[in-house]
Amino acid sequence: MALKGLDIFKLTPKSNCKECGFPTCMAFSMKVAQGAVDIAKCPHMSDDAKAQLSEATAPPMKSLTIGTGDAEYKLGGETVLYRHEKTFVSRDIFAVTVDADNFDEKWAEVSKVDYDRIGERMYVELLDLEFTGDVDKYAELAEKAKATGRAIVIDTTDKDAARKALEVCADTKPLLNGANADNMDDFVAMAQEFKVLLGVQGTDLDSIYDNVKAVEGKGFKDIVIDLGTVSVKSAFENAVQVRRAALKGGDRTMGYPSIVNVAKLAPGDLHMQQALASLFTVKYGSIVVLENLTYPMALPLFGLRQNIYTDPQKPMTVEPGIYPINGADENSICCTTVDFALTYFVVSGELERSGVPINMIISDAGGYSVLTAWAAGKLSAGSISKFIAENGIDEKIKNHTLIIPGKVAVLKGELEQKLPDWKIVVAPNEATDLVKFLKDYSAANA
Amino acid sequence: MPFKRAPQAFSSSIKKVTIGTGDKAVTLGGANVMPLYTFDAPIENKPAIGIEVSDRGINGSLPKMAEYYAGAETLVDQAKRAAEIPGVDFLTITLDSADPNGDNRSVEDCVAECKEVCDAVDIPVAIQGCKNIEKDEQLFNKLAEALQGKNVLLLSAREENYKSIAAAAGLAYGQKMGAESAVDINLAKQLNVLVTQLGVQPESMVMNLGSAAAGYGFEYVASTMDRVKSAALAQNDSMLQMPVVTPVSDDAWGVKESIVSEDDFPEWGPMEERGIQMEISTAAACLACGSDAVILRHPDSVATISALIAGLM
Repeated sequence: MALKGLDIFKLTPKSNCKECGFPTCMAFSMKVAQGAVDIAKCPHMSDDAKAQLSEATAPPMKSLTIGTGDAEYKLGGETVLYRHEKTFVSRDIFAVTVDADNFDEKWAEVSKVDYDRIGERMYVELLDLEFTGDVDKYAELAEKAKATGRAIVIDTTDKDAARKALEVCADTKPLLNGANADNMDDFVAMAQEFKVLLGVQGTDLDSIYDNVKAVEGKGFKDIVIDLGTVSVKSAFENAVQVRRAALKGGDRTMGYPSIVNVAKLAPGDLHMQQALASLFTVKYGSIVVLENLTYPMALPLFGLRQNIYTDPQKPMTVEPGIYPINGADENSICCTTVDFALTYFVVSGELERSGVPINMIISDAGGYSVLTAWAAGKLSAGSISKFIAENGIDEKIKNHTLIIPGKVAVLKGELEQKLPDWKIVVAPNEATDLVKFLKDYSAANA
Repeated sequence: MPFKRAPQAFSSSIKKVTIGTGDKAVTLGGANVMPLYTFDAPIENKPAIGIEVSDRGINGSLPKMAEYYAGAETLVDQAKRAAEIPGVDFLTITLDSADPNGDNRSVEDCVAECKEVCDAVDIPVAIQGCKNIEKDEQLFNKLAEALQGKNVLLLSAREENYKSIAAAAGLAYGQKMGAESAVDINLAKQLNVLVTQLGVQPESMVMNLGSAAAGYGFEYVASTMDRVKSAALAQNDSMLQMPVVTPVSDDAWGVKESIVSEDDFPEWGPMEERGIQMEISTAAACLACGSDAVILRHPDSVATISALIAGLM
């Protein structure tokens, strides 16, 4: 239950001592009620009062981290069911299954997928260690997985195997998945002993709920809920029900990140695993386990995730700079548009399709679309000419032809004044007309 | 203690729109729950899949495509082959060659060929234009008349040309029409209001809310669909209750990932597989966000997406 500022105020010492960093106890209480400050900042409140309040003001879905160092990832902490209501905060992370027999082969393939997309490194974050029956081999597998530097999911319900693996890699803060009704005491004890995350499984939604409650009952709360592998339908239902119960129903027992193993939902079928991974990226998976993640799978999947987890209040932008397209060099023509990622992708896609070598010059336009940037003064003759001067583009590119977006044709005259040795050409209004425009232009100026 | 379920079925629902005639007719829409939430209430009509064939022919440089359509040289033969793919609910003809900036094929030729295709297949047909506003307007006007009685879906009218398309497709000749807007809930609603003010029944139209391939601004598609579905269901906004038809194929097969050759990007692997996975990812995400029908191009994508839908229903 959300508490009002006044309820919190009643529990403060009301001394206005300012030790919390706020001028009055009332101001502090209001901030706590908004979730902006932790109640622990008040040094004078009784422990009883603090415990009472931290329970009441805790977020509806727990925030956890998996892995350590460079391979540390945040899970959970979501506050809304739809991104437009505020934003999603912890992007889902992808795991690939490996076992003692196929590790070398799989890792050779998985490690190849590693690239940059709009300033974000894209790679498989986790390795999911499948248990094939031999405990010693499982420990070796954990050793190998640890050596890769990727974070780990210990995917077994066998307590001996789990212990062996934990002894090897517990210091990398893996997820132990998982605990079920039969092994619960051992698994909770191990998760407590090794201080790792614990995946909790169940045969259906009710048993998942009961098992999570039982684990919580033992005082352990670093839980990840396994959405199950009974069927696609039930895994999807569980994903939605768990998240909805936590965020809308106020049910803290469901307020944990989730893991979904699509490798088990569609064994051997990488097309279906792709479809499922996309589904659970949009709807409420925190960790998605696949059999493999090749480039053809990664390119759309990582792109989709990057889109869904974009903060709606902050547009995606591309780095300002010169982007040569179709093998453009210093003798190729230039064009310019804004740094708003969507515009960049639409325009660069059409430029690529035209086959005409062209240098795309992107200046900082505040992440707005062309017309908005122009209206806000972020895209002007001044900003374009300044960018060209500051980056020495005059020298870097010999062909001084600059194509500007049709929607800002009005800039032509001023640009001609500011860049006297450049030829300014106005493009069509819509990106879809660029292919024909460029083909015609390069034919006419060949 | 069992988990306390709180089913979220709404008293409003998405309108039902039927395309085609006879046994194979397909009804889109009808759900009164958020997309794919069968656990809240049964979903009457599962999301449908349209298979796209272009009048420019299939892309023979993709080995699996070439193999599937081997021997089918004409659009009619390719359409017949496409209609046989398991999981396909309706056929979609795309009149790419009508584009005045391209082959500029005549309206008469296009209409004649579409008529031939419609006579040759027994599943419902949707027809996409060439995206040129004036040409599409002429095409849809003539198509609506020529295909009277077939109950086809014409995709799509836009703000600039909706009037005559609505008059021909939606009113005079009893076809179904799509209303296309650019990934914005307000633009979508405005166009729907304009079209229905002309007298077109909401049951005779679908929405194309705009689309994007995974990774290419899909967040706008996702949030627009999220908002449209909650306005339609939770707020009973009748001007946003039309089923959503999303042409996935054009975006999915047009982005860099699907068109650069393996020679240029050897580490990326086979081009066809990249395109298929892009189409699958985009379609699955669209269905999760609320598409009542998706239009796909590759038989492998159709196989996977139809199995996904079957698994979720």
